[in-house]
Amino acid sequence: MGRRRSFADISYGLVIGGLAVLALFIIVAPVVIVLMTSFTEGRSLKFPPTGFSLQWYEALFDPSKSRQIHRAVSNSLEVAAYSTVFGVLLGSLAALGLSRSRSKLARAADSLFMSPLVLPGLTFGLAALMYFTLIGLRPSIHLIIAGHMIVTVPFILRTTTASLSQLDPALLDSSLSLGASWLYTLRRVTLPLIAPGIFAGAFLAFMASIDNVPVSLFLSTARTDMLPIRMWGMMESTLDPRIAAVSGVLIAAAFLLMLIMEWTVGLTRRMRD
Amino acid sequence: MRKAAEWQLALPLALAFASIFLAPLLMLVGVSFFNDDKITQPGFGQWAKFLGDPFSYKVIADTMLLGVKTVCATVLIGYPLALVYLDASPRVQKVLIFIIVMPLLLSVVVRTFAWIVVLGREGVVNTVLMQIGVISEPLRLLQTELGLVISLTQIEMPLMLLPLISVMSRLDPNMRDASAALGASRWRTLFTVIVPLSMPGLVAGCLLVFASSTTAFISQTVIGGVRLIYLPLLIWQQSLVVFNWPLAAVVSITLLVSVLSVVSALSYLGRRSSGYLHG
Repeated sequence: MGRRRSFADISYGLVIGGLAVLALFIIVAPVVIVLMTSFTEGRSLKFPPTGFSLQWYEALFDPSKSRQIHRAVSNSLEVAAYSTVFGVLLGSLAALGLSRSRSKLARAADSLFMSPLVLPGLTFGLAALMYFTLIGLRPSIHLIIAGHMIVTVPFILRTTTASLSQLDPALLDSSLSLGASWLYTLRRVTLPLIAPGIFAGAFLAFMASIDNVPVSLFLSTARTDMLPIRMWGMMESTLDPRIAAVSGVLIAAAFLLMLIMEWTVGLTRRMRD
Repeated sequence: MRKAAEWQLALPLALAFASIFLAPLLMLVGVSFFNDDKITQPGFGQWAKFLGDPFSYKVIADTMLLGVKTVCATVLIGYPLALVYLDASPRVQKVLIFIIVMPLLLSVVVRTFAWIVVLGREGVVNTVLMQIGVISEPLRLLQTELGLVISLTQIEMPLMLLPLISVMSRLDPNMRDASAALGASRWRTLFTVIVPLSMPGLVAGCLLVFASSTTAFISQTVIGGVRLIYLPLLIWQQSLVVFNWPLAAVVSITLLVSVLSVVSALSYLGRRSSGYLHG
């Protein structure tokens, strides 16, 4: 019996360990491979890359050759910044308003605000395009900001509500009973305590906006081109090697951001809980 | 502040949701009940056309199957990784969680592009296989369902791992020790103790991966190509290429209903399984 168990343990280690290694390999390898090909000397995205050069990065940073990409990047950053700011304002207010309410209406409002997370983004993107067009609005960056705010605000609501639920109500009660006004309590007690939660949510919302495809696909135009849509175009037509350089920059940015968020608000801890 | 008035803080967001979320969705439903693409004649024409065409059912089935296959693949390799995470030392755990979360911060388009480089004619897989002499002609991996499922497995993996790890790290380690002390093999402990207890996380992961992979427009079109037709491609063609908005509305409502019905069935199962566990 002892021998059978050790055989089971060995097979367990082999199978589970093997599959886990496969999972890690599949997660990491494509990212490493893209980074390597972005430094290719050749004209195509062959692997292994031939030689080492920065030519595609130079082409990417060239203001005249890559004007369209630069405009898409600045549009994407602008939309992400505004939609996150509006999302933080409206979302944290809503979290404050709903977190302590047990009423049915509050629960319903909360599920409505979270529903963009499960609703297929394409359905909302198409609906927004039809709605804005049929009520007579012209496509503009403002409409993209509005659409992105809707699909990214759940991230802010979720982290803010989580921080609020960990807040000791005795702190608020003592502040209020000591004569502080509601606004003063909010400013000096509540906000400082939930700030990390709001910040983590804002970060996730910003990243989700930068990465958003379904809403931008329908609401962006040639004038208001967005980075993911432009990259999609670069992949669909002739495979433009500059896209490897764009990917390289985005991989570096994600890596740096991840480190910064880990040091400041402990992002991974927040995502696990 | 007066507690009664606190809920009013949610009003601005409620107003925004009413005007730029609910109103568009209602209008989408309205538009689907028009016969012509100028949106002038109300009627059930587009619904009849879409639901009367056997091709539509094939596309719906293919889309759902793509989701199921991706979910199976992410569970098959993601669950073991979560188990390894559970057993790892805190330092290894930190590295693992970094590797798992990082792709989430990386644009889906970049992750999709990575697979073009891996699976392309001159890509890594073909180069390696040809150099070791397994094949003489490059395999076609792009524009196949297999290639798409492999790519989506990596692209959606963080969505499976995060809820799994979140639930698993709250499991009482004594449970596993007790199971081992009572003579159960590690396999038996896995299937009779760990899997049932981690069911809520597993269900949440499956739900997220399913919803995300069935609607992953960019990955489906770039890796799947135009020959593999899924509902998102149909929506895009009808709305932005053919400009038949009523039909596009019909297809996107179909996508919404089919994804949400699978998702709610799964979450119902998830709730039942966790209810069973807590007595």
